[in-house]
Amino acid sequence: MSDASLPKRRSELGEILYHLVRDPLGLAGLVIVMLILASAIFAPLIAPYDPIALNVPDRLQGPSAAHLMGTDQLGRDTFSRVIWGGRVALQVALPTIGGAIFFGLLLGMIAGYGPKWLDNLIVLVFDTIRSFPTVMFALAVVALVGPSLNTVIVVIMVTSIPTYGRVVRTLTQSLKEAEFITAEKSLGASTPRIMAVHILPNVLGPLAVLAAMDIPTVVGLEAGLSFLGMGVKPPTPSWGSLLNDGYNLIRNTPWLIIAGGIPLILTTIGFTFLGEALRDVVDPKLRGKGGK
Amino acid sequence: MTVLDIRNLSVSYATPRGELKALREVSMTVPERSIVGIVGESGCGKSTLISAIIRLMAPNAQVGAGSVAFQGDDLLTLADAQMRALRGTEISMVFQDPMQTHNPVLTVGRQMMDIQYRDALSKAEKRKRAADMLALVGIPDAQARLNQYPFEFSGGMRQRIAIAMALMAKPSLLIADEPTTALDATLEVQIIKRLRELQDDIGCSILFISHHLGVIAELCDEVVVMYAGEVVEAGSVRDVFHSPAHPYTRALLECDPGHIKEKTRNLPTIPGSIPDMVNLPGGCIFADRCPMRFEACATRPAMAEARTGHKAACHLIKVEETA
Amino acid sequence: MLSYIVRRIGLAALITVLAVTALFLIVHMIPGDPVSTMLGPRATPEMRAALETRMGLDRPLIVQIGLFFANMLHGDLGMDVFSNRPVTDIVLGQVPHTLALILFSITWSAALGIALGCYSAVNRNSLGDRLTGILSVSVIAVPAFVVALYSLLIFAVKLQWFPAIGAGEAGDWGDQFHHLVLPSLAIGLSWVGYIARLVRASMLEVMGEGHIRTARAFGLPERRIIFGYALRMAILPTVTVIGVGMGFLLSAAVFTEIVFSRPGLGKLVIDSITTRNYPVVMGSVLFSTLIFVASTTLADIINAILDPRIRAGK
Repeated sequence: MSDASLPKRRSELGEILYHLVRDPLGLAGLVIVMLILASAIFAPLIAPYDPIALNVPDRLQGPSAAHLMGTDQLGRDTFSRVIWGGRVALQVALPTIGGAIFFGLLLGMIAGYGPKWLDNLIVLVFDTIRSFPTVMFALAVVALVGPSLNTVIVVIMVTSIPTYGRVVRTLTQSLKEAEFITAEKSLGASTPRIMAVHILPNVLGPLAVLAAMDIPTVVGLEAGLSFLGMGVKPPTPSWGSLLNDGYNLIRNTPWLIIAGGIPLILTTIGFTFLGEALRDVVDPKLRGKGGK
Repeated sequence: MTVLDIRNLSVSYATPRGELKALREVSMTVPERSIVGIVGESGCGKSTLISAIIRLMAPNAQVGAGSVAFQGDDLLTLADAQMRALRGTEISMVFQDPMQTHNPVLTVGRQMMDIQYRDALSKAEKRKRAADMLALVGIPDAQARLNQYPFEFSGGMRQRIAIAMALMAKPSLLIADEPTTALDATLEVQIIKRLRELQDDIGCSILFISHHLGVIAELCDEVVVMYAGEVVEAGSVRDVFHSPAHPYTRALLECDPGHIKEKTRNLPTIPGSIPDMVNLPGGCIFADRCPMRFEACATRPAMAEARTGHKAACHLIKVEETA
Repeated sequence: MLSYIVRRIGLAALITVLAVTALFLIVHMIPGDPVSTMLGPRATPEMRAALETRMGLDRPLIVQIGLFFANMLHGDLGMDVFSNRPVTDIVLGQVPHTLALILFSITWSAALGIALGCYSAVNRNSLGDRLTGILSVSVIAVPAFVVALYSLLIFAVKLQWFPAIGAGEAGDWGDQFHHLVLPSLAIGLSWVGYIARLVRASMLEVMGEGHIRTARAFGLPERRIIFGYALRMAILPTVTVIGVGMGFLLSAAVFTEIVFSRPGLGKLVIDSITTRNYPVVMGSVLFSTLIFVASTTLADIINAILDPRIRAGK
């Protein structure tokens, strides 16, 4: 079988992007996600005001030319707080998901590839962690330890590990039986090598999809905890604390709630569209079926 | 009286590449109380033909022309409700894959009673009928097994259940789409035997599709040979298999492993492959792969009679007659 | 059937034991002495002494865990720091409110989701299907409390169609229902989308399978095929999803109760945290974990009833 007749293959990433932009929802998701990432990264350049600068005489104004989304009860510019809130959201989401993926990969591969007793043990640990309703558990830990950004990160990370671990485990188990693994073993490949070189690349695709779909959950969780006053401490701007202020002032002005909710809705919709489109691309079974 | 009379049936599929002409002017008949086999390789149009008869075609299928007369009435002109009334009562089917035929979460008994929904019988009577039918196809302890789920039966038994379900309403026509292809040889023999006994008892006709020549020879009275959407030969099993009139049939018989008399390392094959049915070459459909093609083959041959009741679509037949 | 139920409950019990132990250990891992951790800064010396004896804090850890479980099985989760009422009573008093909210929400949202999913599958690629698809994907991930806040703002504060606070007059069904609408919307909205897509995918898969073709070949009416055969199978994943989703439902309920000032576990937990009433916090978390484990177990058992293949271990 000669490859000479096949057209030059795009790189893996290029292939994914190519299919992604052809899906209208995927494209929309990608654009939204890029916008959010950009605004978070370039927050100092985009935000017109310092998000924690007080300006009490101008408090509780509606949207205007000077303040795109109005001001809050301490006169701070809401729009700037929204932009900087994006940073906080990402500051929580990225380490959380990164850590969850790391430990999920580790434990999942061990569970899928290793001896049965170890698998059973790890699955039991996963199931136990998953038996806690996430927010309840987070509240309990925060109650004991006190609210802080790091607490939130650790708690959400730990409760997310089973999600990734299970997927990795299932994939590893099915790959373990694949012929090419047996072939590698017969050539004397060591276990760590098999896991790193052969199993890992096959697992990354579905993991990326999972992560994209998980970011809205994590961001929502952080916002929720901050809304309850159990997350980031004031005056750090978080979308959740914006919503908390808005809730307390709901009869005075609707703008804080509107301003706090919009970025959350955009983030969740954007990443969900992106995740769905990614899944259609990454899962070859669906590619031919033409439709969600 | 003919049970099924198909005349000049043409069916095509709308595909992105163009119109795929899956059946072109197919004609054949199924007499009363007889077993007619359809033989041909993958892509010959057998599945399309069946789906056209029972009118459960894919959404992109279009009937171009022709008629499918079942006991006198053209099925293609019937209203949906009328057609549905025939399914499972006058015309029934047995499918190829026994593992997929039954609903996995309902008991066999429940499914067998469901298909009797039109009959004004009590539940107990329907159950008895189902149990009797199961016993008839050779499933022991039928009453008890009605309460079991399909996954509790082996493939061979599931196929027997499928046959029981198909024959329960004593149809006039049973269409069997490669019913033994998924089973091993010993099972195949048993099921064929049982099928013939049942056909004799009930008096129905069977349209039996297969690519296994030996089974067709064993079971059928008549056989129709199809190639790439056309009927190339039709006649009694004896005539067609002992004195094949069409080069394709001859090649098929030569390639059949059961037919080979001398020991050989290389199994014979028919060189080439089936034509592209979107962009058809004109003329005889088999001309490309036929060792005996000549100038006349540039036009499509009509069905010519090689002897009484034995027809084939080949220019060579006329040549022989005039010779 | 029975053996499956027994095995499943056994597993649930094991997981509960592990989860509770984990909670216990977490409390003990916090720097500082466990008594302060558990009782908070409001504890009086008498309370501290009582707790130390009850938990046997001078005994080995294993014994402590054992005592903890023994107490738990007797329904003793400790005493509230303020009123000295048993935590169990306090928590049990609030659980019905939360459960009522959750069950109401999931019932209508699952019904609507299944209907939409079924419709989408049967009318694949129609305008209705595409529209439902986009809307479903959009609402799936929006956090419940955001929906709660927006609906509070628009429908309660601005339009004044629905009440903004509380659960309504006890005994007055109409009033209580009126108070349930917005909170259950907040909880149920994302579930409608999620279930609709799940059922759609499930139905499409089932409808492509051989046995549906058989049913058609036997002339069964289309309605019977869609509901009695296809939907019957397509619904199975939904049962599991709801069972596992109880965790999310509980979380969503917490937020919703806060936003709409409704009584329930959520409000209880938040108030207790604010007032540093730690025994109540722990009791609430324990209870919600129990509810969660129970719901996943129940979902698995219902699944086994509906799908005989699971019972057989296939």
